[in-house]
Amino acid sequence: MISTLEEMPGIERAGFGTVVASLEGVSKNYGEVRALRSVNFTVGAGQVVALLGPNGAGKTTAVKLLLGLIQSDSGHARVFGGDPTNLQNRMRAGAMLQVGRVPETLRVREHIDLFSSYYPKPLPLEEVLAAAGLEKLRDRKFGDLSGGQRQRTLFALAICGDPDLLFLDEPTVGLDVEARRMLWEEIRRMVDRGKTVLLTTHYLEEADALADRIAVINQGAITAEGTPAEIKAQTSGKRIRCITALGVADLLQIPGVNDARQDREGVEIHAREAEPVARALLARDPTLSGLEITSAGLEEAFLALTQDSGASTDRRN
Amino acid sequence: MSTTATALSHTQIARPTRHTATIYLKEAKYEFLKNLRLRVYTASVISFPLMFYVLFGLVLNSKEAIAGTSVPTYLIATYGTFGVMGASLFGTASGLAADRGLGWLQVKRASPMPPFAYFAAKVVLSMIFSAIVVSLLLVLGISFGGVRLPLTEMAKLIATLVAGSLPFSAMGLAIGYFAGPNSAPAVINMFYLPLSFCSGLWVPYMFLPKLVRQIALALPPYHLSQLALGIVGAGRHESAATHWEVLLAFTLICLGVARIGFQRDQGKLYG
Repeated sequence: MISTLEEMPGIERAGFGTVVASLEGVSKNYGEVRALRSVNFTVGAGQVVALLGPNGAGKTTAVKLLLGLIQSDSGHARVFGGDPTNLQNRMRAGAMLQVGRVPETLRVREHIDLFSSYYPKPLPLEEVLAAAGLEKLRDRKFGDLSGGQRQRTLFALAICGDPDLLFLDEPTVGLDVEARRMLWEEIRRMVDRGKTVLLTTHYLEEADALADRIAVINQGAITAEGTPAEIKAQTSGKRIRCITALGVADLLQIPGVNDARQDREGVEIHAREAEPVARALLARDPTLSGLEITSAGLEEAFLALTQDSGASTDRRN
Repeated sequence: MSTTATALSHTQIARPTRHTATIYLKEAKYEFLKNLRLRVYTASVISFPLMFYVLFGLVLNSKEAIAGTSVPTYLIATYGTFGVMGASLFGTASGLAADRGLGWLQVKRASPMPPFAYFAAKVVLSMIFSAIVVSLLLVLGISFGGVRLPLTEMAKLIATLVAGSLPFSAMGLAIGYFAGPNSAPAVINMFYLPLSFCSGLWVPYMFLPKLVRQIALALPPYHLSQLALGIVGAGRHESAATHWEVLLAFTLICLGVARIGFQRDQGKLYG
């Protein structure tokens, strides 16, 4: 932590394929709440890594540790091989965080001008406006922007310093489909320019669309890690629908059932494998009808994955 | 401790002084623009002292005199102090409380902004608005209240009151670190209005009840207003050095409190 010059070679080493951000055995508690539990996690240069998890899983805590906004209770958060609070490292990183209120009386271009001034080699204003799709909104005050336009402005502030490493904390939360796709395009363009991106999201679809690697995080621990294809393979479950006399409580007793829900037309059961569950169902309820087995969608598969480790709590991230 | 040292050495390695100066200037410029366009701020900070002055100094009592000084002249000093306090408290505390509580300060802290630039901008903003309020009071007094002051005295009055913005900016930072984003304006007024009254900024000191006059001696705005009144020849002939010492001590206490809040935020739990 104290070394300054010693860390400089690390900056040069951070070429392609090297680790630019990492959590090493990091734990962080907020009072009683264990936000992160000895998490190990790395982001390689030029990669897009998605931290995927439900609300309160610890995603934002992980990002804040890597930005040096909070301190871990144990373990190390490093960027470019050094301390995240180090000015040299901050100059090479940009961040889009979830913000409740941004000064509303400043114009889009003024916000960008100010943040650009913090960096040694900022992008020209026109380029930032174009990258964030804000050309026509440059003179608009922040308070007069729509939700999507606000998110794009925050994105512009994250990229205006031409950072090598970009942190995007739930960048598309609250956006409509079109605005979300637009931001995805902008993120892809950053990646094409060789930037490294750490993205948090609670949409598997988003992680799948953008990331080279996904780390699934739940209740402060990483529960799965791999390429989007690997994660989907791990999570791919089956959805079983039927009309049965069995109650939800009975259904949950059946081995292999992750989730069961009663709706108007029958019950919906989620399971890793369909056949043993179907066999058990038919054995327990001879009156069972309308049996239907389909592959679970991405979001359901993800739910199944994160629910494996227990009921979700109201933990703050 | 060691982090402060490394941060400093990094500043020198990473950023030339001229670049740092540019950031400070921009931060102050946009802090000024932000507040100038914020009607709540300009209305409460500039309009109120001017309105009070017009009403009590120009319309109602303009022919009277207090302590051998005409009322319009006397009230420039006291409403000037009142205006400086408002500009400084609202210029620092409400913005800081909102930025802290609603995440904007985190975005700034995550960037390579020099942390001190953020606070410096708020203090500079408070001083600029303080100078504006006092200058406007002078313009009103000279134009409509027959106020006649030598240029040197006017310059001294403005300089004193603008310097007097510092203790209240420090107080604002302290409040900003402990007040919630939405409750900050209410908390500011809870200090601002009683302090103003008890220090003789609305009703001249000698007309205050005896008990309040004794309390006033312990209040920072009283000491700033006495410095300002001394310049226009209406002071109570107490030692100026004592007034400055009280203000300096008050500034240091407030900065100490703000520092506790700052450090508490560094290990912050929320969000």
